[in-house]
Amino acid sequence: MRDFSYLRAASTEEASRAAREAGAMLLAGGTTLLDLAKCGVAEPDTVIDITHLSGLGEITVDASGASIGALAKMGEVADNAAIKAAFPAIAESLSLAASAQLRNMATIGGNLLQRTRCSYFREPGVFPACNKRNPGSGCSAMGGVTRNHAVLGTSEACIASNPGDLAVALVAFDAVVEIGGRKVVADDFFLLPGHTPERETVLQPGEIITCISIPASAAAKNSTYLKVRDRQSYEFAAASAAVGLELEADGKTVKDIRVALGGVATKPWRARAVEQALIGKVLDAEAIEKASLLAVEGAVSSGDNHYKIDLAPRVVARAIMKVGGLA
Amino acid sequence: MTRTIHLSLDINGERRELDVEPRVTLLDALREHLALTGTKKGCDQGQCGACTCHVDDKRVLSCLTLAAQVEGRQVITIEGLTDEKGVLHAVQAAFIEQDAFQCGYCTPGQIMSAVACIREGHAGSDAEIREYMSGNLCRCGAYNNIVAAVREAAKAVSAPVKETAEVA
Repeated sequence: MRDFSYLRAASTEEASRAAREAGAMLLAGGTTLLDLAKCGVAEPDTVIDITHLSGLGEITVDASGASIGALAKMGEVADNAAIKAAFPAIAESLSLAASAQLRNMATIGGNLLQRTRCSYFREPGVFPACNKRNPGSGCSAMGGVTRNHAVLGTSEACIASNPGDLAVALVAFDAVVEIGGRKVVADDFFLLPGHTPERETVLQPGEIITCISIPASAAAKNSTYLKVRDRQSYEFAAASAAVGLELEADGKTVKDIRVALGGVATKPWRARAVEQALIGKVLDAEAIEKASLLAVEGAVSSGDNHYKIDLAPRVVARAIMKVGGLA
Repeated sequence: MTRTIHLSLDINGERRELDVEPRVTLLDALREHLALTGTKKGCDQGQCGACTCHVDDKRVLSCLTLAAQVEGRQVITIEGLTDEKGVLHAVQAAFIEQDAFQCGYCTPGQIMSAVACIREGHAGSDAEIREYMSGNLCRCGAYNNIVAAVREAAKAVSAPVKETAEVA
């Protein structure tokens, strides 16, 4: 890891000002920044430590929704009783992510900014070509081993998958990322790679995520996060789904449904086609199975990751069956 | 250009002063600057858990924590688990009793993680122990005995009065 200078910011304003300088990077939990600095992917000149800032870690939940300070730790949010009651998919997405140690370190704001686990991205010494690291240099993953790469939202420049779990649940339930006074809906916060895979979010230099707010809804209250992976714990998703469901008073017709996918796309992937196919319909296994296939509309395999195109709809279907009380 | 910063850290209840480059992790500060080599460097990338320590009573990975980040916080390492008389912590005793290791390299991290796992209330069943200990990898595959040690230690910790084993 290259050496850097260290600044412990006394206020959000000071941190923001310092972070606008070229080569400056913010340090919250450190689990992504220090990892990538050791890989040689991140090479900060200055690290601005914001972990000591007060007032950015509060978790409040009321009838209108939840507000989670950006410096709240993943573990705190996962274990928060009010979050578990009103937003089970949010709590589950966190408790199924990383390990207990990492959840004690990583912050909610930092978690949204975690970088892809693409092996080619993470090995600059061996694979110099990476459009995400070095725009215009090419992509080493294409034609390589792509078992963990995205099948949705890919471009000619990049097929790296977004590794997030929490972000998937946030996108499903229309969470809002608050960046100081600026508010961005989670789905718009993340960018598709297109021709600029180096840009992953709408954050500008010096901008700091301050809070995540999630509106309360009946679908969020009746929700789950299903994560399928190669080993049972401490692993990124092969495919995952955040699903929430509200039925009409008849107890069988879909009034509101939310579906988002993880582990299969270049950004947390809202599957609106699945939602539209089920709203107003009577919920049964056949309808769920048919609608879930729409989750991978437009999916493109790069070879080794073809299994995700079969797996993702099954994960979606199982999650809907669960919240629908059918499984 | 060498830039060093002065840090005053609280390690195992002792005040320790050191001058280090800002990039020095808590793991390297412990091992290379403070002669506390009980904390192990496995992957050094946050994937194996061998470097697990407690910061303000929470288990964290010292390889992904800058030493500078823990100023003003209480750090406990494996060396800080035994009491003043050298009596082993119940989890340490249970690891010996259950033969919960082969090469022993992951053991300090396993034990620090297990102490926290029990304190968090996550040792209620073998399945729960496996889930909440999943951040600690054991290349020898001593997992079954590790689960047994955590299970037995959890019972010992929750027992009202129980003497733990003397240092072997």
